[in-house]
Amino acid sequence: MLQVSCGGCALLLGPSVRSSQLCYVGRGWRTASTACKHARDTGSLPWEGVVGLEVHAQINSASKLFSSSQVKFAAPPNSTVSFFDASLPGTLPTLNKRCIEAAVMTGLALNCAINKKSLFDRKHYFYADLPAGYQITQQRLPIAVNGLLTYRYPTGKKWSDMVTKCVRIKQIQLEQDSGKSLHDDFMRQTLIDLNRAEGQLRVDANISVHHPGEPYGVRTEVKNINSARFLARAIDYEIKRQTDILNNGGIVQNETRAFDYKLGATIPMRDKEGKQDYRFMPEPNLPPLILYDSKTLPRNIDAGQVINIDLIKEMLPELPNITRERLVEEYGILPEHSFVLVNEDGLKEYFEAVVKMTTADPKKIIGWVIKNLLGYLRQENLTIKQSLITPSALAELVTLLENKVISSSAAQQVFQELCKGGNKTPTLIVKEKKLGLLDSEQLEGICQKIVDEHDEEVAAIRKGNLKVMNKLIGLVQKASKGRTDPALAKTILEKKLQL
Amino acid sequence: MLGMSLREAAAALRCGQLNPIELYQKCLSLIKETRFLNAYINVAEDVALRQATEAEKRFRQGKPLGELDGIPVAVKDNFSTANIETTCASQMLKGYIPPYNATVVQKLLDQGAVLMGKTNLDEFGMGSGSTDSIFGPVKNPWSYSKQYREKNSGSRTIADDDSDWVIAGGSSGGSAVAVSSGTCFVALGSDTGGSTRNPASHCGVVGLKPTYGLVSRHGLIPLVNSMDVPGILARCVDDVATVLGVLAGHDPLDSTTIQDPFQTFTLPDDIDVTNLCVGIPKEYHAPGLSTETLSLWSRTADLLEDAGAKVVEVSLPHTRYSIVCYHVLCTAEVASNMARFDGLEYGHRANVEDSTEAMYSATRREGFNDVVRGRILSGNFFLLKQNYEKYFLKAQKVRRLIADDFVKVFKSGVDVLLTPTTLGDAAPYEDFIQEDNRTRSAQEDVFTQCANMAGVPAITVPAGLSSRGLPLGLQFIGQAFREQQLLSVAKWFEKQMNFCPLDFYKHLENRDICQRKSNIASLL
Repeated sequence: MLQVSCGGCALLLGPSVRSSQLCYVGRGWRTASTACKHARDTGSLPWEGVVGLEVHAQINSASKLFSSSQVKFAAPPNSTVSFFDASLPGTLPTLNKRCIEAAVMTGLALNCAINKKSLFDRKHYFYADLPAGYQITQQRLPIAVNGLLTYRYPTGKKWSDMVTKCVRIKQIQLEQDSGKSLHDDFMRQTLIDLNRAEGQLRVDANISVHHPGEPYGVRTEVKNINSARFLARAIDYEIKRQTDILNNGGIVQNETRAFDYKLGATIPMRDKEGKQDYRFMPEPNLPPLILYDSKTLPRNIDAGQVINIDLIKEMLPELPNITRERLVEEYGILPEHSFVLVNEDGLKEYFEAVVKMTTADPKKIIGWVIKNLLGYLRQENLTIKQSLITPSALAELVTLLENKVISSSAAQQVFQELCKGGNKTPTLIVKEKKLGLLDSEQLEGICQKIVDEHDEEVAAIRKGNLKVMNKLIGLVQKASKGRTDPALAKTILEKKLQL
Repeated sequence: MLGMSLREAAAALRCGQLNPIELYQKCLSLIKETRFLNAYINVAEDVALRQATEAEKRFRQGKPLGELDGIPVAVKDNFSTANIETTCASQMLKGYIPPYNATVVQKLLDQGAVLMGKTNLDEFGMGSGSTDSIFGPVKNPWSYSKQYREKNSGSRTIADDDSDWVIAGGSSGGSAVAVSSGTCFVALGSDTGGSTRNPASHCGVVGLKPTYGLVSRHGLIPLVNSMDVPGILARCVDDVATVLGVLAGHDPLDSTTIQDPFQTFTLPDDIDVTNLCVGIPKEYHAPGLSTETLSLWSRTADLLEDAGAKVVEVSLPHTRYSIVCYHVLCTAEVASNMARFDGLEYGHRANVEDSTEAMYSATRREGFNDVVRGRILSGNFFLLKQNYEKYFLKAQKVRRLIADDFVKVFKSGVDVLLTPTTLGDAAPYEDFIQEDNRTRSAQEDVFTQCANMAGVPAITVPAGLSSRGLPLGLQFIGQAFREQQLLSVAKWFEKQMNFCPLDFYKHLENRDICQRKSNIASLL
């Protein structure tokens, strides 16, 4: 597991290691509107919430942080447990290289300083799902420290109202994942699953309120929050709760709480884990973790055995904020569109694939991707990978439109056809449904008919009300079932009216 | 044949003078005859027979696996052995049958060794007498030797009440006795503060503590992870070298083993010590050092000098802080390592169901003896947030100073250090238990435990008999990963001393004692 801690205006991430998790730790101020408003209502100084997060993230690795047993989602209980995972006497931890690489990569992505030497510690407490009686973590000298994550989010309804914020990352640490306890109240027993690969993301939030400029208030820790939505609700609730207590002259207790999503409230946890002395001690079975860069890499060393930070840096994928900037610059799309492309898994790749396959302006393509394609996928509850419309089909459609083979309303019809599936290409659909644009000869007749049937409009145009021309073009379009090139229709009509 | 060295036995097996089943049977019957020594906790009779039978098949086909093929060995009962109960001599692990072999055990078996059984120890290795075991104390076979009986017949009543048998030393007392009494050729011990060398010295056998990181600890149920090393007990230095060649080397399952490949070696018969520089640490003139040991020590220094070696007095100034520093580090790691014994997954579980916590606490109270519980308590105290810096961190710093003492001495040109192994010969059990475990450990480990702090290799070699007719050993401490040099010096010394091992199986005059003891044992 990785544990990341963030603070100040910061995000703290940290990793855990047995089932390979990353954990980040950080602290941030959440200027909670509820709290501030409340403070104004009571006429006192405004309260400001201070929030620190401990984010526990599972590392996407084939085996656990300290053992060779597999990490498998939804594996049967205790089916992927090594002798080490079960803490059999005499077993020793061995570090999984993949997990270290993931931690370093996370550190780089979060602009952390990577510690070339980091250490492992034991954190002791007795709990049924912690079979060794201690957890191996990185308390003293973690793998990465002092990071920064900048992000933008909309403050109003309009996309243009974006605010840039940054979260400071205190540290990223590799940490062993504990097991899972399942309490069976009816049978009065607790079942333990030592697979320890259950949660991909878990957050502990430390929350306090104070008056800006004054020392921090007493904090509470809300543990085991498993979604971003609940995290926001838990923090809002806790700030409001603490503010109410303080406004009523009470004292906030330093305690561990849990978020009950049904109640939408935080409640005190029974166990006194938070107040324990964990009796930290260096883990004697793991030597210091030494990382290298290309400069410090010793000669005559098996490159497969060591970790080169520079190589990981090269492997680092384009980070989201860079991607967004690049998309705006390269394709001339709007910033808000770049957010949609990056946030939807696979959508950016889809968009770029379409762009590559057509000469059409990306600015025109973005509408098809975000409005039409995404709309269709949402309606059908599909992921981008499951889309029945391939990037090449969409590219072909856009090209037909670009080359004036079809009108934009015909293009919409073709798109609807594509949504229905089947292996027909847009070109074939156009041909079968006769959706192609009419040539001047075919349009002549339709235009003549419209002119003949609309004396009033013709008269108005001849008097100089040229706006009415659009109505006639619309009628031609309608009569041709959307197969009209409006410019061509206009030319023909003008000729017929001798303008 | 039971008095042979491993080498001689291996040669006899190869030329057909001996066959593995025969050898196994001889050892087994001697184990049974000497049951009263309490060296073995568990005799793996059936498994060993199967292994011996397979070894015999290989010899018949002319394809023995290695030098250990068909050789009876014993393993201290704190090494994990697949399908063989592993107890650490504790109520806590009574009945625990591990599903895997410790790396060192596996390496022995891969060479065709015949595992006769698991040997007795102080509970979880915490002790220096092999007296604190739930299976009862280990008795030193020299207590029943002709020499001891003759020399003490005047002052004590020996034959009749058997009250003055002497301790085997510890904590690997069972392994030392197994080798010394002839029930196996080689035994594994573990060495955290002297647990291999101390009983080896008291039982008149050779005991090696290799460099930390040279031999895998995977499967060794830990006492102090940062100091534990599997130890080798054998009848002569050559045998130790052979077994070290089998055991040493990187283990992917132990991250603290070094990556460099280990070069196996055999020791020449003619060893030249003329270019050798031997250091005599002045701090090792400890209070309580027996005059016999002191004189043996200085005679050996003279012997080396006469043979052309350079003998110099050196200083390891931080030695005197070692024992107290060891106490802090040891108990802290013990507190941590013992945390897993909670009764949930394996071993003893108390019959208490009020709550998980109540079950934990009853299990640990019932499962551990006073010594273990006392160390857990101290260790947790040293690790408390408010004490960590004052005790644990300080002890770590002192440990570094102790290790640096060795580095400096070796850098100055000294090749090996010569010291006593113990203060004197083995104490009679009745005397030994007059003091508590902690006091005894501090006394017994005084010369051995610095090498664990520094991680350097050390070997004890039998050097002679005390006036009471009990073995005395001397210790050589070497430079990290320079086992070949250390063992060479040890072998040279061994040849000079020409120590006469205990041919226990030959002591016909002891038969009646053995018989009587066996009867008593069967009554118990």
